[in-house]
Amino acid sequence: MTGQPLLEADGLHKAFGPTKALDGASIAIRAGEIVAIMGPSGSGKSTLLHCLAGIVRPDSGHVRYQGAEISAMTDGERSALRRTQFGFVFQFGQLVPELTCLENIALPLRMEGVRRREAEARAAEWLDRLHLADVGRKRPGEVSGGQGQRVAVARALVTRPQAVFADEPTGALDSLNGERVMRLLTEAARETGAAVVLVTHEARVAGYSDREIVVRDGRTRDIAREMEEAL
Amino acid sequence: MSDRRGRASASRDVLLGMRFAFAGGRDGWTRTVLTAVGVGIGVALLLLAAAVPGALQARQERTSARSDLRLGEQIPAAADTMLVGQVDTSFRQTPVHGRLLHPEGPRAPIPPGLTAVPRPGEVVVSPALKDLLDSPDGPLFAPRLDGARVTGTIRQEGLSGPGELAFYRGVDALPADEVTRLRTFGDSPSSEGLGTVLTILVVIIIVVLLLPIAVFLAAAVRFGSESRDRRMAALRLIGADRRMTRLMAAGETTAGACLGLVVGGVLFLVGRQIAPMLSLWDISVYASDVRPSIPLVAVIAVAVPALSVAVSVLALRGVAIEPLGVTRRATPPRRRLWWRLILPGTGLALLVPLVGGLPETMGGVVQYQVAAGAVLLLIGAVTVLPWVIELVVRPLRGGPVGWQLAVRRLQLDSAMSARLVNGIAVAVAGAIALQMLFAAVQKESTVQTRQDPSRAQAQIRTHDPASAGPIAVRLRATPGVTRVTETLVGGVSAEPPAGAAGQDPAFALLQVGDCAALAEYADLGSCAGGDVFIARATPVDPGAQEAIRPGATVTVTVGDGGPRWTVPGDARQVPARRDPSGVYQDVILATPGAIDARAVPRSIANTFVSLDPGDPDAMERVRNVVAQLDPVGTVATLAASETVGRFDGIRRGLYVGVVVTLLLIGASMLVGTVEQLRDRRRMLAMLVAVGTRRSALSWSVFWQTFIPVMIGLALAVVFGLGLGVALLRMVSVPVSIDWATVAISAGIGAAVVLLVTALSLPTLWRLTRPEGLRVE
Amino acid sequence: MSIGHTFLGLLESGPRHGYDLKKTFDDRFGHARPLHYGQVYATLSRLLKDGLVELDGVEPGEGPERKRYAVTSAGVSDVELWLASAEKPEPYLQNTLYTKVILALLTGRSAADLLDVQRAEHLRLMRELTRRKAGGDLADNLICDHALFHLDADLRWLELTAARLDDLRRQVRA
Repeated sequence: MTGQPLLEADGLHKAFGPTKALDGASIAIRAGEIVAIMGPSGSGKSTLLHCLAGIVRPDSGHVRYQGAEISAMTDGERSALRRTQFGFVFQFGQLVPELTCLENIALPLRMEGVRRREAEARAAEWLDRLHLADVGRKRPGEVSGGQGQRVAVARALVTRPQAVFADEPTGALDSLNGERVMRLLTEAARETGAAVVLVTHEARVAGYSDREIVVRDGRTRDIAREMEEAL
Repeated sequence: MSDRRGRASASRDVLLGMRFAFAGGRDGWTRTVLTAVGVGIGVALLLLAAAVPGALQARQERTSARSDLRLGEQIPAAADTMLVGQVDTSFRQTPVHGRLLHPEGPRAPIPPGLTAVPRPGEVVVSPALKDLLDSPDGPLFAPRLDGARVTGTIRQEGLSGPGELAFYRGVDALPADEVTRLRTFGDSPSSEGLGTVLTILVVIIIVVLLLPIAVFLAAAVRFGSESRDRRMAALRLIGADRRMTRLMAAGETTAGACLGLVVGGVLFLVGRQIAPMLSLWDISVYASDVRPSIPLVAVIAVAVPALSVAVSVLALRGVAIEPLGVTRRATPPRRRLWWRLILPGTGLALLVPLVGGLPETMGGVVQYQVAAGAVLLLIGAVTVLPWVIELVVRPLRGGPVGWQLAVRRLQLDSAMSARLVNGIAVAVAGAIALQMLFAAVQKESTVQTRQDPSRAQAQIRTHDPASAGPIAVRLRATPGVTRVTETLVGGVSAEPPAGAAGQDPAFALLQVGDCAALAEYADLGSCAGGDVFIARATPVDPGAQEAIRPGATVTVTVGDGGPRWTVPGDARQVPARRDPSGVYQDVILATPGAIDARAVPRSIANTFVSLDPGDPDAMERVRNVVAQLDPVGTVATLAASETVGRFDGIRRGLYVGVVVTLLLIGASMLVGTVEQLRDRRRMLAMLVAVGTRRSALSWSVFWQTFIPVMIGLALAVVFGLGLGVALLRMVSVPVSIDWATVAISAGIGAAVVLLVTALSLPTLWRLTRPEGLRVE
Repeated sequence: MSIGHTFLGLLESGPRHGYDLKKTFDDRFGHARPLHYGQVYATLSRLLKDGLVELDGVEPGEGPERKRYAVTSAGVSDVELWLASAEKPEPYLQNTLYTKVILALLTGRSAADLLDVQRAEHLRLMRELTRRKAGGDLADNLICDHALFHLDADLRWLELTAARLDDLRRQVRA
């Protein structure tokens, strides 16, 4: 492993009430790599992702993005980081139902202060790229689940983020649509050089990753590295 | 399915729905409690409105029962008569009911609320006056009781309300010709009927205040309906059909509404206890006065749950509750205008025939026609609103992120926001119409008194000429009094000159005072002791000019003769001048050297007093001086114009009502907004997770409220002005629009929006904590 | 599927006769195809020769069924190694995986570890297949998908099994 990791978490603890979601989890993501976070339901996968993305502040432990301590940032700084450096794809319910698909994609740019015309022009490029040219003017409620997820992928990548966080991005899709979404997501990420943190419980989805980290009972394991080291 | 089985299952479904109202988990409870509180507030206000006539009547009955006006023949003094001196006064702006009592025998009547007639040197006061006397302001009033000892308080049956200032003071003598002799109190019940205009005003006030409450009730019933719909969807999944969900929704709403009735009853009973603490335009009421009539209570108890059920069942119409979730029609049908215009159109049709002017006496039919017309026209604002919102919002584009989110949301569902604004639109429209009516009527009923407060601020009249000198002396020594002019007033009459038979005798006032005092009545030119002037008012009455002239002999005082007096031949004729109290007439002005003031019989002393404008208590001190020297003397405040007080009162009441109504609607808007936010909690958390600034979300909430409210207010102004114009034409008053009033009404409405947005922000911030993402 | 490793694992709980071993194996792993006696004794003699088992005692009488076998320490570490190593991912692996899980449980080892290790190995192959799909034609895609779905099924079963560990432990111990 060379150089500084893009994103690094160390000894994360996070409890929601009496439930320990994270109990000493650690992970390091290098620039441009695709890492799957796997594990059974309730193991703390999503919480780990939320901590890495600066959405949730861990009770203890460190999260560093390009060497900067995320957990020490103010809410405003973390929002700005998410807006400019990160992209997000969730399982469902992430598109604003009132806005058209094109406007949804343009939303992160608009929040950055890009003028509407330019933001929507750049959003339109992503529509083409993700084979969505004909859904731009429709509202999320009027497009299929697969199209909706691709709109979400476009929205996550439109700001050319350093890292994309995808939480069960294919969870609500059938195999074919899930595969299309994963392929478009990983290809686009590789082209733009974005790292992808992919939370999934599906091995076929994890097959699109470069390596996987297993979360069990709030702790992380890098099995592949353990096996290498054992040999 | 047989009819009987159908009915049995229907009642079972309704009961099941009722159970959901209480057993629906925390969400179910919240919803039921919200509905109950909302309905409760509405019910409490309805009960209050229903109690107002009764309360006013109770007050009227008590004031009638203590009435000591007596018209008709004098009755002779006897063992069962009481001499009553009316010594009403004011403390600051508050009127004080004051009476001097002198029983002429052992069986003299006792005023209501007293156990015994106070003996000379004793006084019985109302609780409010007792509080005043015990307060730091007490010494400013106490002199008016002439050192009498407070021996008790007046009970409820002797007072118009708990806040009334009143006293009964015992005296050992009263001048018989300035007082009333009574055998019993409450002999001449006074009753003031309401005129045409007032009737319309009251009808419209009731409409304007109750309609928003109805709108609020309708909104309250729908609190939490989104989560209810989702639960109904779950029930559809396990086999409930559409009819069953409808019945269950009805049952659930009925439960909430009935609980609301209870809450409303409790709120009303509690609020009633607070009633005595409040005093509006000098009217205060006892808790026991606030008692709605039984039929009205029954109507409320039946109508509120019925309305609730109707609203919740109607609301389900636009919603398809399917087993797999709740779907609102993705593209709602285009709103049609024509049926939305039926209601306001019908309202106008009812009002237009009356526009030519109303009959003098209001028949019942006309009254209802006005009420129905106004109701329909105002409801018209509600029915047209969603259409207008849609019309305005549809072409909106672009703008900053917050604006875009709000506009798109409104484009998707304008009914929701229209619902929130309905109440405000109705309240503001009604308020504007009423304001117009009030402004016009008030202008008509404002009397120009022709008094000149720049020359004197108070006029004192006492019937005891002997007290005049001392009063002037005491007043001059009173702090805050800057100028005192005093005259004795009598009259002179003269037979009309021969040859003018059949004419009335000529008459002129006679004022006796020093030069400074006389200068208030005429432009004297030069004046010295012993001078006499004849001041002529224009237009000149030739008869009087002939009969009352220098050298003429006249009868001093009016009526059945008096001493004869010859006007000095050197009396100068000067132009009369309007005195500070606004009187302008022929008057003979005499300095004391010219006529013996004591020779003027049945004269009264008239004193004009100027006060230091920087000393608000000066007037009270003047009243004290007069009360001590002549208890039955009167002190009047001079003012350039005087408004019929009743309108002022109604108007202030309306303001309070409108503000309360708007706050109420604000509360329902707040609940609606917060609920909408909760409903979109995941979406909001997601937007924050991807880095959306909270300010953008706050703006979107603001715009989402602001746009419909602005449209609603604009509509309200249109409908309000329309109704106002119709009403003005009806009472035949020239139409004039007071734009300031319109702006204030609309401004209050806009302020409510700002308040609601501000209050919903904490919820927004709480809901947008990223932890919200975990809630699925 | 390795009968030898299975025998070693079964012997860890104590010395047994060949007959016991066959019966236990048939009960737990043999399903519809019981072991042949010849297979049992051939396996045992290979294990004996490799020093993974030893004779614990011979009871009076004739025939191979009188011999009692015990696992040696070399045998124990052999089982250990087998359980800890991932199977080469391939279709129809269930039998072996199943055996491994049961044995891990019988011998008090962590089945979760076994699952995690196996998943890592499976994923290595699945990544390869996924990559091949990206560059391949439709036929390649179909073949790769076929393999991917089977591997996926293995892993799902493993996940499920991991989730049921507690239940299983209770049943097996009973």
